[in-house]
Amino acid sequence: MRILLMGNPNVGKSALFSRITGTNAVVSNYAGTTVGFTRGSMKLGNEEVEVIDVPGTYSLEPTSKAEEVAAKMLLEGDVVINIVDATNLERNLYLTLELLEKGVPVVVALNMWDDTSHRGITIDIAKLESLLGVPVASTVAVSGQGIKELVERIPEARSPKPAPRTKAERWAAVGGIITEAQTLAHRHHTWLERLQDASLQPRTGIPIAIFALAASFFAIRGVGEGIIQYITDPLFHKLWEPVMMRLSDALGGSGFWHDVLVGRLLDGSIDFSKSMGVLTTGLYIEFAIVLPYILIFYLVLGLMEDIGYLPRLAVLLDSIMHRLGMHGYAIIPSMLGMGCAVPALMATRILESKRERFIVATLISIAIPCAAAQAMIFGLVGAEGWQYVAIVFGVLFAVWLVTGLILNLSIKGFSPELLIEIPPYRLPSLRGVLTKLWIRVWGFLKEALPIIMGAIFVVSILYSLGVFDAIANFTAPLVSGIFGLPKEAVVAIIIGFMRKDIAIGMLAPLGLSAGQLVIGCVVLTMFFPCVAAFVVFAKELGFKKLLAAMVIMIIATIIVGGLLNLVL
Amino acid sequence: MTEKKKISICELRQGQSARVVEILGGHGIAERLNSMGIRPGKDITKVSTSFMRGPVTVSVDRCQIAIGHGMAQKVMVEVI
Repeated sequence: MRILLMGNPNVGKSALFSRITGTNAVVSNYAGTTVGFTRGSMKLGNEEVEVIDVPGTYSLEPTSKAEEVAAKMLLEGDVVINIVDATNLERNLYLTLELLEKGVPVVVALNMWDDTSHRGITIDIAKLESLLGVPVASTVAVSGQGIKELVERIPEARSPKPAPRTKAERWAAVGGIITEAQTLAHRHHTWLERLQDASLQPRTGIPIAIFALAASFFAIRGVGEGIIQYITDPLFHKLWEPVMMRLSDALGGSGFWHDVLVGRLLDGSIDFSKSMGVLTTGLYIEFAIVLPYILIFYLVLGLMEDIGYLPRLAVLLDSIMHRLGMHGYAIIPSMLGMGCAVPALMATRILESKRERFIVATLISIAIPCAAAQAMIFGLVGAEGWQYVAIVFGVLFAVWLVTGLILNLSIKGFSPELLIEIPPYRLPSLRGVLTKLWIRVWGFLKEALPIIMGAIFVVSILYSLGVFDAIANFTAPLVSGIFGLPKEAVVAIIIGFMRKDIAIGMLAPLGLSAGQLVIGCVVLTMFFPCVAAFVVFAKELGFKKLLAAMVIMIIATIIVGGLLNLVL
Repeated sequence: MTEKKKISICELRQGQSARVVEILGGHGIAERLNSMGIRPGKDITKVSTSFMRGPVTVSVDRCQIAIGHGMAQKVMVEVI
């Protein structure tokens, strides 16, 4: 048996999914968190059944890629748990009626039940049940309240199959149901609602947005650096270095396997950022340098998501984003891109038009540094001084703006209008925030670690074969002539294709000047996304679009790198 | 008010309430607005002002919807 969880966006499908399957799914407070479908399973009686978390949709006539996924999934389900936002019954019931008309057995979960009383909403569940003709259970997915009762009622799922209605008839039917089953009372504005309005009004919202983004940036850099300086770096030096030195001695201090595993010794000792051994630099970059930034970045992002801030940011930025060929909601995949391009490219599915998806995906690949690239920027350029970090980020932001402007002007078509629901602010739960952080950090390590270790392994082999010298000589005119970098830097650029963070270990030993480091970081960030992002781009938008994006990428990188070389 | 004038929600003042009377423009736009609860006969309140042709946010059924400026110009209402 297969159970589908369906409902409007942002009603808590993923939270309910996590509850009933015990599988962790990413939960946030905005429409479109789930863009693909997540599978899990649960025990129902003695039977093991499949449960699918379907992306949210307002109706079964899809308007975006994510909603299309939802409509298609319906054909493959045996039972639908229709999750309904109890605080917004009217709009949610439209989809409920559509589902019933399709003839699938339905159980309704009246979610966010805890929110109804302080909003002055009373719902007569027994009445609603008899009007709809299917079981209705009240739930609070984030706390787990009512979940057991809901699961117990799944076998009662029924399909009264009303005659198909026209849209107007369906809305009229919804109207009839809510007049009978729901009563609304007046209530006072809470402080959360005042803050809600303040962050949406341009006059107060823009200062709030600037403050929120600046605070996030400084928190990420400050906390990330703090963790490195006081925790991860000392741990590596005090605990791991002796182990590695012993290994180095055991391997005889040099030779192929020594260089692959431990790397080259500098002045007789290991330099974690330069030695380039799989077990030294490989582990150090991932755990000591990148992981701290990943942790704090996803913590901050998770808080913003769970509070419900991102849709407000989307509204404030909409008019600017329009000039770049996107609408405000594109800020969500773009912000995810500051963590990792892979989920960001998948999140572009929440956008309606192909044109917009292409523009957003291209900008994410070119101009938005992922956490690994940011770790590289902070690690390499940060040591030279604040102003250089500012230059790198400033240049990337300018590239984002200008490339967006050009793409908007040169690609046929127009950017679609924004139409989104602004969720109420919710106080995030500690458990929810930590669970999501864990899912994302674990996902990152699982993906990144094998690639970075593999890449360093390949690099050491290629080094010993002298392949890099040949490539470096061949590309010297471009790299030295245009970018003003030593020809050895090309190796970092090429390896950056596998993962950006490895470049830390490759640029660090070259002894570059501050200006060269700035150029190196900008070029590395802009030039080719890493191999994982590359594959996802092709999967999501097609190979032709990927080729187009790559042409744009190469041209932009050469222009920007060349200009920086002239200026710096 | 005796005479009721049809205006778009862009022209509403912040905090003003109105009843949706018509959604101009294509089927697609009406459809999408419809599924989010904005359709003729519904009462809405404008929540936020927009600037630089930014989106208009309205509340309908205790839920806030942000509508891009171009689309908002097509949502015609009567002040109530």
